[in-house]
Amino acid sequence: MSSKAAQKQAAPDSPQRVLTGRQFMLGDHACAEGALAAGLDFFAGYPITPSTEVAEHLASRLPAVGGRFVQMEDELGSIAAIIGASAAGARSFTATSGPGFSLMMENIGLAAMMELPCVIVNVQRASPSTGLPTMVGQSDILQARWGSHGDYGIVAYCPSSPQECFELTIDAFNTADRYRIPVFILMDEVVGHMAERVEIPEAKDIPHVPRKGPRTAPGTGQFLPYAADADLVPPIAHAGDGYKVHMTGLTHDERGYPSLTAETHDKLVHRLVDKVRLNAADIVDFEEQDVDDADCVIVAYGCTARSATAAVTQARAEGLRCGLLRPKTIWPFPEARVRRLLEIGKVKRFIVPEINLGQMRREIERLTQLPTLRLNHAGGAMPTPNAILEIIRS
Amino acid sequence: MPDTIEIRLGGVGGQGIALAGTLLGKAAALYDGKEAVFTQTYGPEARGGASRADIIVSDTAIAYPFVTRPQVLAVLFQEAYEKFRPQLAPDGLLIIEPDLVNPHDDDSDLVRLPAIKIAEELGNKLAANIVMLGYLVGASKAVSFHAMEEAIRETVNERHLDLDLRAFNAGYNEAIGAGDD
Repeated sequence: MSSKAAQKQAAPDSPQRVLTGRQFMLGDHACAEGALAAGLDFFAGYPITPSTEVAEHLASRLPAVGGRFVQMEDELGSIAAIIGASAAGARSFTATSGPGFSLMMENIGLAAMMELPCVIVNVQRASPSTGLPTMVGQSDILQARWGSHGDYGIVAYCPSSPQECFELTIDAFNTADRYRIPVFILMDEVVGHMAERVEIPEAKDIPHVPRKGPRTAPGTGQFLPYAADADLVPPIAHAGDGYKVHMTGLTHDERGYPSLTAETHDKLVHRLVDKVRLNAADIVDFEEQDVDDADCVIVAYGCTARSATAAVTQARAEGLRCGLLRPKTIWPFPEARVRRLLEIGKVKRFIVPEINLGQMRREIERLTQLPTLRLNHAGGAMPTPNAILEIIRS
Repeated sequence: MPDTIEIRLGGVGGQGIALAGTLLGKAAALYDGKEAVFTQTYGPEARGGASRADIIVSDTAIAYPFVTRPQVLAVLFQEAYEKFRPQLAPDGLLIIEPDLVNPHDDDSDLVRLPAIKIAEELGNKLAANIVMLGYLVGASKAVSFHAMEEAIRETVNERHLDLDLRAFNAGYNEAIGAGDD
């Protein structure tokens, strides 16, 4: 189904699937439009602030362009439904926030184990538990990486603007299909609820990476649904394609049949992790501002990166050699870039502002003994440019 | 107009504050070719109490998205006046609706715009937000007249379009002094 997304363009008098042109829209709406532009077929979700506008927008837009929207009974049902839709070939999607993300964790592991691509946006609010439902947080960073039990690979994007909500949602669908993994978009309340200009390209210019399909005909018995190629990703056959496919959360062999041995397990789990780890250079995405000669590098993402941008601009005006490294993929973390900066040797300290108590700072501290200064707020407010500037000046 | 202008609209749920803010953002970002960010109060804060719609318009990219020191403040609700008045920049433009806001005795540097009365005369007092918006655009020049007209045409429901365009013009003309004589 996903590969046919382009052909599923609505009739000329119907609403457009790709809203080409300049729009002024909320980050949440831009995320929804990104999903539509990426060829979204199926959305199942349960409304939760501050992600509700994603679902609300798709409830009217998706059915109008030939997709299916289902409001589920809860988040457990939502994630199960999008995994099922993915097995049938759909580009599938759900939207939630921290409490719902927690409820989805078990089946996120199932999606990773069955290698069923799906995209989940978590518009982060102040946590833990119910926390501050309407106020900003960035405290689900480590949950996104490690939340379901066991070892597995995922990718998580962190947009800083409505424009990036649109663009990175498209990337999320392509990455999910390319590597057969669950992919997260870790938005935050500030970015989700701010409106800015969003430039949407023509449908033909939207990047589309299809899933790899079987290279043998159905009915020949030759297709092994979990036999990976050199890139560690197995081609996928969808329900209804005519292949015999067995999917299970149990440890399975290349046929997809349960194979409850330590050897099979070790091989399978290594591949689930390595298909992201070894392809990280192709997946990792980041942006930099004034990093080349910087002795002080701020690492920030999401809304916090906007304050960091303002702080770096001001610091430069004061003659301070300061720069910003902004991960657009927080997982995989741009580790190679940080290692490179350390090799070059100009950086003398890092500053990591976050709306959590230091979840990404661990990544920097893991890579270097250099001073890593903190600016942490537990949630409900984002660090101001001045607060970051004071640390730069210190 | 300075390189960057911060605008805050203060009111109470149902007055169309968010719509007015969105229109300002659209006018700036889509029709004037400027940068603009719009944020607003959400959740319990926005229900019953003073609500706000904030817009930053700039010639250059806007990093920090929140209004901290508005140069323009338009209020349609007493509680919004009390809450947001202290944040207005020195020499900032303060516009109040006198039927809904009683300013403090020592608060003299302000504009009393009878937006509700003007809207009623045009046929519907619910267009008071757009009258206020028209004045704000005329007095601050934060966005151009034509950009705002275009934003209204592209946003407002067909049923209210004529009224809103007239309301916008009426408020704008109040600000630039047209029709005073």
